[in-house]
Amino acid sequence: MDYTVIIGLEVHVQLQTRTKLFCGCSTKFNPDHPNTQTCPVCLGLPGALPVLNREAFHLGMKTGLAINCEIPAFTKWDRKQYYYPDLPKAYQISQYDLPMSQNGWLEIELDPETREKKKIGIIRAHLEEDAGKNSHDESGRGQDSKVDLNRCGTPLIEIVSEPDLRSAQEARTYLEELKLLLTYIDVSDCNMQEGSLRCDANVNLHVHQANGETVPTPIVEIKNLNSFRGVEQAIEYEVQRQWKHWQETGLSLKDVPKETRGWDADRGVTLEQRGKEDAADYRYFPDPDLAPVTVTDAERERVSQELCERPADRRARFEESYQLSVYDAAVIIDQGLAVADYFETVAESCGNGKQAANWVTQDVLRELNERGLDISKFPIQPDVLAALLQKVNAEEITIKSGRTVFQELLNYPEGVPGIEQIQNIIEDKGLALVSDTGELDSIVQAVVDKNEKAVADFQSGKQAALGALIGQVMREIKGADPKAVRELFIAKMS
Amino acid sequence: MSITSATASELLAKMNSGEISSEEITSACLDEISRRDGSINAFLSVQQEAALEKAREVDRKRKAGKPLGKLAGLPVALKDNICSEGVTTTCASKMLEHFVPPYDAHIVEQLKAADAVLIGKTNLDEFAMGSSTENSAFKTTTNPWNTAYAAGGSSGGSAAAVSAGFAPLALGSDTGGSIRQPASFCGVVGLKPTYGRVSRYGLVAFASSLDQIGPFARDVTDAALILGTIAGKDRRDTTSLDAAVPEYTSTLEQPLKNLKVGYIELLHEEGLHAEVKEATLRALDVYKSLGAEMVPITLPHAKYCVATYYIIAPSEASSNLARYDGVHYGYRAPHFENMIDMYAASRGEAFGDEVKRRIMLGTYALSSGYYDAYYLKALKVRRLIRNDFEQAFQSVDIIATPVTPTPAFTIGELVDDPLAMYLADIFTTSANLSGIPGISIPAGMSKNNLPIGLQLLAPPLEEERLLRAARMFERETDWHLKRPV
Amino acid sequence: MSVSLSQDDVLKVASLSRLKLSEAEVNSLGQQMGSVLKYIAMLDELNTDAIEPMAHAIEISNVFREDELQTSLPREKALSNAPQTDGNYFLVPAIL
Ligand SMILES: [Mg+2]
Ligand SMILES: [Zn+2]
Repeated sequence: MDYTVIIGLEVHVQLQTRTKLFCGCSTKFNPDHPNTQTCPVCLGLPGALPVLNREAFHLGMKTGLAINCEIPAFTKWDRKQYYYPDLPKAYQISQYDLPMSQNGWLEIELDPETREKKKIGIIRAHLEEDAGKNSHDESGRGQDSKVDLNRCGTPLIEIVSEPDLRSAQEARTYLEELKLLLTYIDVSDCNMQEGSLRCDANVNLHVHQANGETVPTPIVEIKNLNSFRGVEQAIEYEVQRQWKHWQETGLSLKDVPKETRGWDADRGVTLEQRGKEDAADYRYFPDPDLAPVTVTDAERERVSQELCERPADRRARFEESYQLSVYDAAVIIDQGLAVADYFETVAESCGNGKQAANWVTQDVLRELNERGLDISKFPIQPDVLAALLQKVNAEEITIKSGRTVFQELLNYPEGVPGIEQIQNIIEDKGLALVSDTGELDSIVQAVVDKNEKAVADFQSGKQAALGALIGQVMREIKGADPKAVRELFIAKMS
Repeated sequence: MSITSATASELLAKMNSGEISSEEITSACLDEISRRDGSINAFLSVQQEAALEKAREVDRKRKAGKPLGKLAGLPVALKDNICSEGVTTTCASKMLEHFVPPYDAHIVEQLKAADAVLIGKTNLDEFAMGSSTENSAFKTTTNPWNTAYAAGGSSGGSAAAVSAGFAPLALGSDTGGSIRQPASFCGVVGLKPTYGRVSRYGLVAFASSLDQIGPFARDVTDAALILGTIAGKDRRDTTSLDAAVPEYTSTLEQPLKNLKVGYIELLHEEGLHAEVKEATLRALDVYKSLGAEMVPITLPHAKYCVATYYIIAPSEASSNLARYDGVHYGYRAPHFENMIDMYAASRGEAFGDEVKRRIMLGTYALSSGYYDAYYLKALKVRRLIRNDFEQAFQSVDIIATPVTPTPAFTIGELVDDPLAMYLADIFTTSANLSGIPGISIPAGMSKNNLPIGLQLLAPPLEEERLLRAARMFERETDWHLKRPV
Repeated sequence: MSVSLSQDDVLKVASLSRLKLSEAEVNSLGQQMGSVLKYIAMLDELNTDAIEPMAHAIEISNVFREDELQTSLPREKALSNAPQTDGNYFLVPAIL
């Protein structure tokens, strides 16, 4: 007997608006000043009414289109009713039977080696408001819980996948690809620490029995997944737990209602969440305070035009047009839109994609990392880097000298260095490549004269002696072309 | 005519001519309240100091020749489910007994901008659920014509205040007849505008797709005057309509030519009180005498209105009232075992019977397994009811009906029979379900000396037509001049 | 449409509604709801299969506000009606 793992993800993403979904309060992450970003509307005060944020709807449409969803011509708002202290109206304004986008997909790459890809179906993506935040007494002494409503009413898009994911790893890859896409198209910062991207996973097993029948185990919804690693670990744990449970009880999906479990990251286990006694009767109904939204073909088209190239497409194009390795293309794309744009500018203007990729993935990323910088704050502009690489390509300087210039540009004391600084540095440091044999010849001769022992070693077959000799010349003339120097030595000593 | 029985327009004219000050008017109203509200119980709170201060401010401005709002110096009473900043807004519920809104309802802003004098907050059935103001957690409003009788509801306090001489103008809310029915019982004019004509921002929601704020006044002219100041688009209410607001008072005296009045033949014969029927027929005769054409119409789904209404209104109410859970505002029970128990105990202790009944009905109608049979069904019948009106208004300009099947009933008469109380909403709920405007105007007196109203209905946004038609009737009759002794 | 409400039905709806009811209330509500539901059952006479539901009194669509900041309430106003606060947060009995 064996089993297939069946996973569907529900991802809540905070949309990048200035104000909340239904009121003008700020969406700024501000846990240190609780209850300062509220008004009658998001406090759910008697008499207050919601009005839909145009930008939130626009970003929702952008998201739906980016994940290849249909945007129906008509969508509406429903109330999802449940009691919880972080939900002051005791209903969440959400979308039930007519979501603003549906039937889409997102392609993920299963294996960087084989390049095998898979389309993960997306059932729907709908707009809804976030709740506030409860904080519980951790001491275990049953102190009061605290409620902060700053976050309450923040626009979210909930993206519900088909149960198409087959492993914890796939789930993680899907989530990473989704995050990358949403940051690319600039609808969300997807900051998981601040709760801008949260994930629930529905997991069960299809057990293949000896008689050829397949039995589904009960579905478990895992909540509180707020890191990629958490998603992966929680699903792995849950798969093992369900397999064991199945072997012990033989209970199938038909026998047990859907269960909700919470991921306890500290203990590495999923725990049963105290059953809501009303078994989730949300009593959805159309919100009478809000009007439906209709979308025309023209609007749909206009928003599609706003979408940039999706990361998956760009990854493929980079491999194709710049002859990048799968690995390099992925590293660049996964850094986000700004790094990819930076790379592309460098590659286009230096005319050598591979070289540009080497420099961006190694030198630029290393410096960003060490300096804790964002690419937008990086002192070397892409056209400057491209000009530098061109000099290396044209063999005006060595790669090593190129790195020296790079460091000098980074440390340029007077603001952002321009292209002209490259030449200045080359001249100051004497880095220009010297391959003029006349000039080199006398120095090589002088070194040969001074190093009798090394010369003898070389002549007796010790190749290593040559390196030390070349090194002496290079110290003398920084821009010396090492190939030319080498040839001169060999000619003189043979 | 005394200050407390004069109309708003008369008082405005006297203020403008310098004959009388707003302070004198306000004081006269306040005196009348302290003299007689002990037996009428129209008010839950009176803002005496603030009112007098505002009155004096308006008097100063008027004297100095400064520009003044349309209602400058006129006392206005507000139903206590309309939020006013810094003033307790209770909805006549123990739940909100100490609730002080940090904001003004849109119409409160409009009234303040119009220099009205906000005199007090009036009694209602708890959360506007009821037809007699007996469901108030605090007091029962009595009918100024005879205190043994109900003032009607849910805006009983506002209707009684205007009728009793406590304020020339008042505002109420109408979800299934809650302005028109008490207006009829108390012998004043009550207008429910088109859904969306007046912003609901700041009106504590009962049933959001049905609720609408509207005025009480002593005659049609005053109703037109105040409607003009509160109507119009408000960007904080999605459902408020972006349509121009006509100058209602300027066309009021122009009779409608070739007016076609629709009426329903054999109207609900069984439950209709003879005196109400007689008053309605007499009213039709008045229109006939003015040259209007009487057109019999059918509203095939009218008999389903109450059933439809008592699914939709409680469903929405069950959701709107879920927020009263003792966490962010409102009553919290002193004793409970845990959080869920805290919710249930707070709600169980602070809501009255009628509110609980409707929350229960609505929760049931929306709950899994019943949604299609009740709530969805009601939404479909709602469309049939609206279609009936669209059809009818193809051939008539206005429709005339009774407001209620009977004149005012006595206090306590129906309170133990919720269904009987609901059935009395037979003539009023259709306007809310279909969103059209309706007005109740005084049109007769019963043998027991209780007022009887006539209801006129018009197509959406045709308040101007409605008011002109009402004014045509008013000019020919003197029911609106009668005052309780 | 079933129109009789058992005590269990009433208790289930009361629990969904978060209403703590006395035994007397459970009985009277069961009866009163039953009679209202019986009356409402008249809607069964109507065939509404082809009818679009009407959730709003007027048909409007696409009403938006711009994504512009409005002044929020100062914290003390936001908390001013709360039954229990510590000056920063709303307080509720321990949730877990
Ligand atoms: Mg959700
Ligand atoms: Zn807000």
